[in-house]
Amino acid sequence: MYVAVKGGEKAIRNAHRLLADRRRGDRSVPALTLTQITCQLALAIDRVMSEGALYDRDLAALAVKQARGDMIEAIFLVRAYRTTLPRFGYSEPVDTGAMHIERRISATYKDLPGGQMLGPTFDYTHRLLDPELAGDAAVPDAERRDGEPARAMRVSDILAQDGLIEGDCDAQTEMPGDITREPMEFPMERDTRLQSLSRGDEGFLLALAYSTQRGYARSHPFAGEIRIGEVEVAVDMPELGFAVTIGRVQLTECQMINQFKGSSKAPPQFTRGYGLVFGQSERKAMAMALCDRAMRARELGEDIVAPAQDEEFVISHCDNVQASGFVEHLKLPHYVDFQAELELVRTMRAEHESRRDAGEPMPEAAE
Amino acid sequence: MTVQPTGLADYNFAYLDEPTKRMIRRAILKAIAIPGYQVPFASREMPMPYGWGTGGVQVTASIIGPDDTLKVIDQGADDTTNAVSIRAFFAKVAEVSTTTSTAEATIIQTRHRIPEETLGEGQVLVYQVPIPEPLRFLEPRETETRKMHALEDYGLMHVKLYEDIARNGHIATTYAYPVKVEGRYVMDPSPTPKFDNPKMDQSEALQLFGAGREKRIYAVPPYTSVVSLDFEDYPFEVNRFDEPCALCGAEGVYLDEVVLDDRGGRMFVCSDTDHCEKRRAAGHRGAMASEGTLA
Repeated sequence: MYVAVKGGEKAIRNAHRLLADRRRGDRSVPALTLTQITCQLALAIDRVMSEGALYDRDLAALAVKQARGDMIEAIFLVRAYRTTLPRFGYSEPVDTGAMHIERRISATYKDLPGGQMLGPTFDYTHRLLDPELAGDAAVPDAERRDGEPARAMRVSDILAQDGLIEGDCDAQTEMPGDITREPMEFPMERDTRLQSLSRGDEGFLLALAYSTQRGYARSHPFAGEIRIGEVEVAVDMPELGFAVTIGRVQLTECQMINQFKGSSKAPPQFTRGYGLVFGQSERKAMAMALCDRAMRARELGEDIVAPAQDEEFVISHCDNVQASGFVEHLKLPHYVDFQAELELVRTMRAEHESRRDAGEPMPEAAE
Repeated sequence: MTVQPTGLADYNFAYLDEPTKRMIRRAILKAIAIPGYQVPFASREMPMPYGWGTGGVQVTASIIGPDDTLKVIDQGADDTTNAVSIRAFFAKVAEVSTTTSTAEATIIQTRHRIPEETLGEGQVLVYQVPIPEPLRFLEPRETETRKMHALEDYGLMHVKLYEDIARNGHIATTYAYPVKVEGRYVMDPSPTPKFDNPKMDQSEALQLFGAGREKRIYAVPPYTSVVSLDFEDYPFEVNRFDEPCALCGAEGVYLDEVVLDDRGGRMFVCSDTDHCEKRRAAGHRGAMASEGTLA
């Protein structure tokens, strides 16, 4: 009897207790520490920080642990916590050109000022499962370049010198929008669109980006540059009259360079798609850049023919906290509405049968 | 290390911070000033999933004060799991008194039903809304539907209702049945069965609607006309049940169908549990009340 779902208080309490039990698992196995998670599952932490839109490794680790490794649940936990934090102000724009680079590659130039740096990448690993990792074998220290941490000019700046690529848009004079403080409205400006993409679901954006490569709004992309590293975050202090560095965040930035034949609105030149996310999240940054470029169709006067170009479609559906909530809410009781539908179907079936018995024409013909 | 052993006690009263509440109250005031108009608001992530009533929870959190008495229902019942959970949330973060009695509540948050007992002045009914846009399934684009509302262009909705009648002989909408508010905006009453639509008209209570995921708030102020869309020759009708509540004998109320066994045995009982309990306490008995399984 569905009534069993009622009297929920005790059921909820017991379900939470069982969840905690399952989360902990076998008590003879030591519990994971947050430090273990931040150090050894760092890319999971990066995804939670990026899509949770909160830069805090410890909270992200706590969320991953609490969510039993369910990434979207962890992202949701972080977002819900983020809501309760007061807003002190906005930082100065971070300067990715001054990034302390750990990885930096360009697919458009063989060599360039600052050089190519592979950094900690999976790219050229052979995907062979490594039995050694099942244990705790000693790992040698990484090689480090001597001297100052590398800094390098951005590839887009190199191209811009020749006027071959569009500039860094027209730098906005007014404050950028804030999707967490103002309701979203379509059509969007690029600032708020990029904010939405940056916290958008990696899988969703990856699939859309892939679709642009397969001909649904093809944009002939080149990975102009991908860079990963730390940047300083500075906040303007009105009392002091200057900006003060309050910390560093690790970012992944991707500048896609796209061929553009020109339109009535712009001359032939390379255009750009931009991706920027917290942590080391290269796949997400690249997907974001491709989606950003696709959604600039309106601005550049291109025909809008594919899903990835459709801003309202992409932005309305890219948030995995919203998407999973609404999909999963179908498991909540709907029996009041179902009852209403049940009555209607019964009535219509009864009418259908009486018409058939009376030999009357069926409603398709009646119209 | 920024992780602190924070309990909910460390959150602000009613969870949301005060600037957020102010933003939501402004949206509510605007919504009351333009009955039926969907006001965009910067909806926050809440500690329950989207789809679980985040819009209603944000509205309730913004209007609730320490002296309020809160009732939460889901499917008309106070003891469904989600209603229990939301009630417990507010008891914890706002320390307000809660009740299951419709008459005692100052704020009633609901999903899918309007209580059977007529609401009075000073009461607020907060609806949880999944899709606030009544035109959404006719036109998926927000940019288009906002234009249609602005131009009062509701032809598409009437065509849909007409096609229902042409195909089925009925308007095949049984819940979330569109209404026109104060002769201007077509509004989605949330997925309440159309049985409840007449209760919205000229209600003495303030009705607030919160859609968290879709970031919209709208309102029906007290004593406002709410008319279900229909045609002269096909007037709006509410669903009727053939039998009274099996527990309290009530007629003219919304009933849940409860399957009793695997041989087609069924009983119909009040969806509004508070209403049913009150009637039974007053001595009303339905056909199956003596069984006591649900009493």
